[in-house]
Amino acid sequence: MITAILVMVAIAVVTGLVLGWSAIRFKVEGNPLAEKIDAILPQTQCGQCGFPGCRPYAEAIAKGEADINQCPPGGEEGVKKLAELLGVEPKPLDETHGTPKPKSVAFIDEQTCIGCTLCIQACPVDAISGAAKQMHTIIAVECTGCELCLPPCPVDCITMVPIAEDLPHWKWKHPVVMLKQVSGEARA
Amino acid sequence: MSRELFKFKGGVHPPEHKAESNTRPVHAAPLPKKLVIPLRQHIGNPAKPVVEVGDRVLKGQLIGAADGYISAAVHASSSGIVSAIGPAVVPHVSGLPDECITLSTDGLDEWIVHAPLDYRAMEPSDLRMRLRDLGIAGLGGAVFPSAVKLDPGATHSCPTLILNGGECEPWITCDDVLMRTRADDILQGVAVMRHLLGSTEILIGIEDNKPEAIAAMQAAAQKMDYAIEVVAVPAIYPGGGAKQLIKTLTGREVPSGKLSTDIGIQVFNVGTAYALARAVHHGEPLISRLVTVTGHVLRPQNMEVLIGTPMHTLITLAGDRDGTTGVLMGGPMMGMPMPDLDVPVVKATNCILVKSRDLFPPLPAALPCIRCTRCADACPAELQPQELFRFAKTGDFGRAQEYHLFDCIECGCCSYVCPSHIPLVDFYRYAKSEIWAREKEKRAADLARERHEFRQFRLEREKKEKAEKLAAKAQAKRAELAAAPATEGPAQTDADAKKALIAAALARAQAKKAEVAPKNVDHLPPEKQREIEEIEARRAKIRELARQPLETDEKKS
Repeated sequence: MITAILVMVAIAVVTGLVLGWSAIRFKVEGNPLAEKIDAILPQTQCGQCGFPGCRPYAEAIAKGEADINQCPPGGEEGVKKLAELLGVEPKPLDETHGTPKPKSVAFIDEQTCIGCTLCIQACPVDAISGAAKQMHTIIAVECTGCELCLPPCPVDCITMVPIAEDLPHWKWKHPVVMLKQVSGEARA
Repeated sequence: MSRELFKFKGGVHPPEHKAESNTRPVHAAPLPKKLVIPLRQHIGNPAKPVVEVGDRVLKGQLIGAADGYISAAVHASSSGIVSAIGPAVVPHVSGLPDECITLSTDGLDEWIVHAPLDYRAMEPSDLRMRLRDLGIAGLGGAVFPSAVKLDPGATHSCPTLILNGGECEPWITCDDVLMRTRADDILQGVAVMRHLLGSTEILIGIEDNKPEAIAAMQAAAQKMDYAIEVVAVPAIYPGGGAKQLIKTLTGREVPSGKLSTDIGIQVFNVGTAYALARAVHHGEPLISRLVTVTGHVLRPQNMEVLIGTPMHTLITLAGDRDGTTGVLMGGPMMGMPMPDLDVPVVKATNCILVKSRDLFPPLPAALPCIRCTRCADACPAELQPQELFRFAKTGDFGRAQEYHLFDCIECGCCSYVCPSHIPLVDFYRYAKSEIWAREKEKRAADLARERHEFRQFRLEREKKEKAEKLAAKAQAKRAELAAAPATEGPAQTDADAKKALIAAALARAQAKKAEVAPKNVDHLPPEKQREIEEIEARRAKIRELARQPLETDEKKS
């Protein structure tokens, strides 16, 4: 009897020690689920989801504080991927956070720009180059099209230009297969 | 034929239709009035224009310089004036415009000064860069810059060099005719390749439906002082695919996702060898090529065509007929429909195939896939086309990649044998371009994430630095003040120091105020001073007077 109890106690102590040690030794920094969610998000950093950037939104989803359908740039496909990752049912995009738009980049009308640097401070990815009282310009390849530079501009010189389809960006379309109509008699 | 040949899996035997065009003699197509030369004719970075509108250029003059390692230059195909630099419709299935240089030819066809290259004396890297600047790119269809392929890399040699004269695609005969008429030149090009690659074994694979070409190449090979083996390979589509030809000739397979150079084999098209010979032995850039014009035309034939010649002029030359239903660039299996006949001939244009209802009856409407796996039997890449089709159709691109979608060479055998007439290759092209687009998006997202994270870090750092700077400044000031009155009395507390700091700041501010007081009334002569005093007194009086009625008014109200 006593032996059995002692054995059980010994096992408990040993297991506890092993678990305690591994909890310290193999501690995972950060939230791995948030990382995975962040990898799916489009990184526009536009804040349309109501969080200041993609990473905070990913963390909120991981904690269960935000829904998966608040990211318009990610579109329905993004929602589907998040649903797959989290094992939940996909749902339509929440319209209150905005609707998906064609991919665009910001464009500064250099004639109108007064060089106030307000857009530079607003850009989440530092894609605007310029300095005080110097003309500003968008670094198009780094622009995510988040539109955060539009409201602060005092002279409304920034417009969003949709990315036109050119040869390097051209994609094959989904083939439209003309399926042969099976006649009614044949089906019956 | 002592060489043991191997058989690759799959393949089909479509009607050859070679005899239509390979019997007529080769003529040079007449000089057109306008040449449209696209800057993106090869794989890699497009060339950068180095001429301006209005410049007169000579035949063979560089007009677009290679941009980077994987790129090739483009040249003026004839002499004339640069009339436009900008978007024009190019031979691409999308019909989208691309950057082109348009020349108005002057009819003189005046060559720029050019001289042969002494390739044996040149440093190999210099020679490769020279070939890149002469615009040499693979003429078999992929148009990969040859200079890159001629770099043996870290291994310093590529033991086996294969020259591809397979030309398995129906209707096309430009390589056949080239081998018949210019075998010696082709082998001159091979000599340059051998020199650069250090190859010890040279094989020329030609399908056995081209006996004249085989005979011509064999006769030319006899004249060389090293062994060149001309091998007749069985005619089966796509036996002229690089990987299929390697398998047929050597029995070796290029592993998935690897290049043929990884197993010590490099493959070039015969047309590329010819262009190389012209470049090295004559110093001529790649400005013309043989093009088969065939199909629904009166006189199907091969022509020597300047790059940039509009396709419709060639069709007119070959005799256009009524009932044309479209034009393909390339053959019927892999060719691309042309959106417009104004598009120019480019380095990739091996064939202009004019379609008609009789020659190419429209495909019957597609039926659902019945999973008969005839496509799998025909696939020369040993893939499972029926599965790839399923994944591509439903957008399951990850699974498509698991099933080695990118090993598909888009040869069209699967579509050819499909009893349901499903355009299978279109689905694979769609899936591939979607995957590429997604990868591009992913890279853009990663860049955005990185930049956003760095910005957050930068803002945080700036805030910290500012706070630290302020703290350090305050500390220094305090220390300074603490040190100054220390001589007077040792009883110094922190509060005293602060008080002293404030007092000092006040004194500084007062001094500053005094400094900015108006200076033009200082040091005046006495009469001026008196004048000012009088004026001031008058002013005070007026002010007094002005205030009195106001006060009385206020009292009244």
